[in-house]
Amino acid sequence: MLEGEGLAVIRGERLVFAGVSFALAPGGALLLTGPNGAGKSTLLRVLAGLLRPVAGTVRWAGEDALADLPEHALRLCYVGHQDAVKPGLTVAENLRFWGGPEAIARALAAVDLSPLADLPARMLSAGQRRRLALSRLLMRDAPLWLLDEPTTGLDSASVERLGGLLAAHRASGGMVVAATHLPLPMGDTGSLQLKGGAVVR
Amino acid sequence: MSRFLALLSREVRLAVRHGTDTLAAVLFFVLAASQFPFAVGPEPEVLGHIAPGVVWVTALLAALLPLDRLFGADYEDGSLDLLLLSGLPVTALAAGKALAHWLVTGLPLLVAAAPVAVMLRMSPAGLPALLAGLFFGTIVLSLLGTTGAALVLGARRGGVLLPLLILPLMAPVLIFGVAAAGAVAGGTSPQPYLLLLAAMCAGALPLCPLAAAAGLRGALS
Repeated sequence: MLEGEGLAVIRGERLVFAGVSFALAPGGALLLTGPNGAGKSTLLRVLAGLLRPVAGTVRWAGEDALADLPEHALRLCYVGHQDAVKPGLTVAENLRFWGGPEAIARALAAVDLSPLADLPARMLSAGQRRRLALSRLLMRDAPLWLLDEPTTGLDSASVERLGGLLAAHRASGGMVVAATHLPLPMGDTGSLQLKGGAVVR
Repeated sequence: MSRFLALLSREVRLAVRHGTDTLAAVLFFVLAASQFPFAVGPEPEVLGHIAPGVVWVTALLAALLPLDRLFGADYEDGSLDLLLLSGLPVTALAAGKALAHWLVTGLPLLVAAAPVAVMLRMSPAGLPALLAGLFFGTIVLSLLGTTGAALVLGARRGGVLLPLLILPLMAPVLIFGVAAAGAVAGGTSPQPYLLLLAAMCAGALPLCPLAAAAGLRGALS
């Protein structure tokens, strides 16, 4: 369903990685591992269509995914390493751009933030902000989740809850690509180890 | 379309929540314009003569103030990535940002311009021409400003670079805008100047979002 072939990225005259290939079927998950600076976040941004690879293709259902970027954007939900939370808005208002009140209530309940819905987001702790960022995954019915270090700052109960969300997403045919250092509570996953310039599979 | 409206309501809600940032531009405009009677003296003829120019230049400078936060704030906290992945074409995103800038900065400046012009003893006959010119002028500035803000995004000291980039481009708008108000004072019709301003506005309307979209893509890659 989602395939990458021979992907290479150069940033600031430095080769971040080259020859990255993978394939992901519906219900599948891919863990990106590797040392700092190996290009895990960069690969996620390529898959999101935020960054153009200098070589290689990303295919969705056999077709070039990056040809129509707004169309590709609707297939995916991206949680970057930044939380993108606006401190001046309330917790619920932070999600307003992404959907109506019912969807917001459902998403906040899934990450256990419902009691804080009307609190200004500047009052949230780092872990709560991360949970608010993760709740965006549930605001849209996107088949592909791209997660950059999703468990940073989360307590063990929240990590477990995230595991439940990931399992439910995969059970309904969704796909997950996650860059992580910490083990994610997921069943069988593929893994892709990036090692600065070269890829070890 | 609903995505576009959601973007607009997000921008306006953020502007209302950060009310001081929004009001700062208007207050800067009023305060800067009110320095002129102190500087050039309170003679009504002198003040009335320079009033259109003072209103235009100070409004222009005031509208530049919030520009470096237009994309900067979203760029720094990661929101810009999410906006680009919201399913809106990047051009529509840039157009929405420009419209939001006009709604929260251009429109309040337009409202404040009339009392400021009266305070500077401008003849009431010239007011409609001044405001009509400013209407088109603020739209062009929002569009050019959005383009400039997208281009300097991620650059070091982008906020300083921004006026250097935009002010030269605004010179024609300034010339015709002040000329429109001056024409009334001279007893001729302001219509040709206003039509020229409208033409510039019509040109900037499709071109600036395209240029801003290219700038945004470049900044994020």
